[in-house]
Amino acid sequence: MNRYPIWKYIVIVVALLVGALYTLPNFFGEAPAVQISAAKSIFTVDASVQSKVKEALENASLPPTSINLDAGRSLKVGFDSTDSQLKAKELIQKTLNANVDNPSYIVALNLIPRSPSWISNLHADPMYLGLDLRGGVHFMLQVDMQAALTKRAESLAGDIRGQLRERNIRHSGISRDGQVIEIVFKDKATADEASRTIKDQFLELQTTQEPSNGEIKLRATLLPQAAKKIQEQALKQNITTLHNRINELGVSEPVIQQQGLDRIVVQLPGVQDTAKAKDILGRTATLEVRLVDESAEARSAETNNGLVPFGSERFPDRNGLAVVVKKQVILTGENLTDAQPGFDNQTQEAAVHLTLDAKGARVFRDITRENVGKRMAILLFEKGKGEVVTAPVIRTEIGGGRVQITGHMNTVEANDTALLLRAGSLAAPMEIIEERTIGPSLGAENIAKGFDSVTWGFVAVATFMCIYYLLFGIFSSIALAVNLMLLVAILSMLQATLTLPGMAAMALVLGMAIDANVLINERVREELRNGAAPQTAILNGYERAWSTILDSNVTTLIAGLSLLAFGSGPVRGFAVVHCLGILTSMFSAVFFSRGLVNLWYGQKQRLQTVSIGTVWRPSGSDTNSIASNEKSTQSTNKN
Amino acid sequence: MEFFKIRRDIPFMRHALAFNAVSFITFLAAIFFLFSKGLHLSVEFTGGTLVEVNFAQSVNLDDLRNRINTLGYNDLQIQNFGSTRDILIRMPVIKGVASSEQSTKVMELLKEADPSAVLRRSEFVGPQVGDELAVDGLKALVCVIVGIMIYLAIRFEWKYAVAGIIANLHDVIIILGFFAAFQWEFSLPVLAAVLAVLGYSVNESVVIFDRIRENFKRLRKLQTVAIIDNAITSTMSRTIITHGCTQLMVLSMLLFGGETLHYFALALTIGILFGIYSSVFVAAALAMWLGIKREDLIKNNSSGGDLDPNDPNSGAVV
Repeated sequence: MNRYPIWKYIVIVVALLVGALYTLPNFFGEAPAVQISAAKSIFTVDASVQSKVKEALENASLPPTSINLDAGRSLKVGFDSTDSQLKAKELIQKTLNANVDNPSYIVALNLIPRSPSWISNLHADPMYLGLDLRGGVHFMLQVDMQAALTKRAESLAGDIRGQLRERNIRHSGISRDGQVIEIVFKDKATADEASRTIKDQFLELQTTQEPSNGEIKLRATLLPQAAKKIQEQALKQNITTLHNRINELGVSEPVIQQQGLDRIVVQLPGVQDTAKAKDILGRTATLEVRLVDESAEARSAETNNGLVPFGSERFPDRNGLAVVVKKQVILTGENLTDAQPGFDNQTQEAAVHLTLDAKGARVFRDITRENVGKRMAILLFEKGKGEVVTAPVIRTEIGGGRVQITGHMNTVEANDTALLLRAGSLAAPMEIIEERTIGPSLGAENIAKGFDSVTWGFVAVATFMCIYYLLFGIFSSIALAVNLMLLVAILSMLQATLTLPGMAAMALVLGMAIDANVLINERVREELRNGAAPQTAILNGYERAWSTILDSNVTTLIAGLSLLAFGSGPVRGFAVVHCLGILTSMFSAVFFSRGLVNLWYGQKQRLQTVSIGTVWRPSGSDTNSIASNEKSTQSTNKN
Repeated sequence: MEFFKIRRDIPFMRHALAFNAVSFITFLAAIFFLFSKGLHLSVEFTGGTLVEVNFAQSVNLDDLRNRINTLGYNDLQIQNFGSTRDILIRMPVIKGVASSEQSTKVMELLKEADPSAVLRRSEFVGPQVGDELAVDGLKALVCVIVGIMIYLAIRFEWKYAVAGIIANLHDVIIILGFFAAFQWEFSLPVLAAVLAVLGYSVNESVVIFDRIRENFKRLRKLQTVAIIDNAITSTMSRTIITHGCTQLMVLSMLLFGGETLHYFALALTIGILFGIYSSVFVAAALAMWLGIKREDLIKNNSSGGDLDPNDPNSGAVV
């Protein structure tokens, strides 16, 4: 009666094999490595970079233990010691980046799993450790959306002023109250005309009119969907800006994520210098438009590092080539209201569309009229270091504040350029609202502590079970070990972040998982006490305990899921492991342990005794324990 | 080996009043401490800065306090953390100061005092985040309570749901009472432990309720009180062994988990111990006071007293 059909054993064996396979990478540890990724989108990490790196390392007799190319994204080169890792980093840095100040590739220290390649090829990786276990910095930044909206309203107010002037619509004052633009008109007819103009020209605004002091006040507000778009853009743009800046830090696996509607989480594993990280995160970029110096001296200064003419400066462009521009600033980022990637209407070439505010448009028209055929440079200054984003030739006079830049760009570059331009102009201010730094030694200590807790707790529980329930205790302990293995395997598979509270949850969930086996074993004992035959006792023990096990898991799961829904940071790590552990325990404690019992006892036809420890029976017949006098009905074996 | 050689049902319910009085007094004491002393909330909830620093040799806390006070904090806490060479500094949020710079400034000062100072960890939480965490924590608590009540109400009946949840909430209050009375730090992991223990000890009540229901079906001659006594007695060995095993794990965390897991494990320990007590004595007694009856549970089951093996509610016994 206690036999499993063959398919159940197959399920068990498959689960064990898969579990073992995915648990395996955690035992190999990690090797020091150097990670190479592209600093700018125009560079890619491909086979040519790989061979270049390989050659350089071989020449310097720093043989890598492994080279792993994730085409287009990164190249990871493993080494046998941190010493050669550091040397190799220097070497690769020099090989790939001609100009250290303006690197084409980011070379960062990292760790890669030491597991054999056949395991790595199956995408079986060790568990992903949280910052509290590996050390690093965590920031949460709040984006000031109101400021982004106010800024937009301010520039729209300027645009409206220009439009009204162009169309000769007379008003007696434009002002901005928060995010509302207020325009006062003498009479209704003019106000209506202005409303129409705004409706035609500014698709993101809606207008209302109200009389005030004998005049008509026109109130223009941002449409909700326009406001939403502005916020989304501000957030996306801030994330991109952060990406670009963090690239400079040379962090191997930075995490930059949106959280909620207006927050960004930045995690930099391995970074200890919070001051520098904060400096880089909090930096603001400024944008300037200047004319390129077209004189012969300037040309020669660009090509062969000659003397820069008086009144001009030399800046590198995105590719590291020098451009000499005049010192006089025509426009700043303040005047640029938007920059979007797109296509030229006629040629279908990739293009960047700029929108200037009223003042910017006026200046721009004058400048372009006087400088047709010359080049104009848009520069981005960060940390006092300038860079030419783009330097297009002025083809005609450009009025109206709408500028299109085309030529020698693909869509990726157009996207990049637009983002960079916006970075200098639009980014909403951000504030650090949460910061956590964990030193590397603390991270290692936390791992050891978590590991010790789990190990010794496991040993204690297993020892008790084996002594108290003998063979059934051994089965229970094996099931508990399988539970641990499956849990680790699933965590490795999902690459869920393991934190110290997560390790605590692992210990706790093992303590709770043994509950199921205690329930079963106690129930089997009780059946035996009531005089059931061993095989029947085993059968009923498992059958009857199942519903209680399910109950207890449901209530714990309710708690776990609530924590998952409302928890944040470390608590979320706890909840994930907790919930997963409960699920795996159902498999291991019931299904798997039953398999073991069936395998051991199931074949024996005339089973006399079961090794489950003392089955104590009250000696006297005067027992008051009525429960033990009644035989519970036995269900037929459905297994 | 067998720890529990019980010959007859222990008349727990005869002393129900006494148990309830004990619970009530502990409960009142917990409430008293919660209101008089309040919880010692961690920076995660209050907002502020926390810096943990390790030195090569033990340091004079007063000297360090004086140095850091030059930055203008009036509510500064410095204490040893684990050993005399490790210190923990807590600073409140100051309006107007770029609070994320606090830890950097403090580290500079500490390095002046003793160049061997090494930053182990620092944490800065803005006030808005702290409020949110507190609100989210409460939401999670409410969610657990409501979820479990619904589950118990579906699984049994409203009287059991009320009895179960009151018994286990009383555990939660008592854990909080301990944290208030001894001014242990109440952090996010502790909150997680409290909620986990709530889910865990409710199932203890479920086991006993299950057995009460089964007894109602099988032992038709017995009175409610005798049925409850029998249910508690026959599930007792399982209750104590499972909790003992979980406690072994928690004990291992308490011993090896270090400072970070200390209060987490402590909350679990109190929760597990009081969980046994409350589900055995409080939940069952409350259910008794609420007047559980045979008819409440088996009104649909007219087929007879025998257990139906296909009934999902049968067989949940130990």
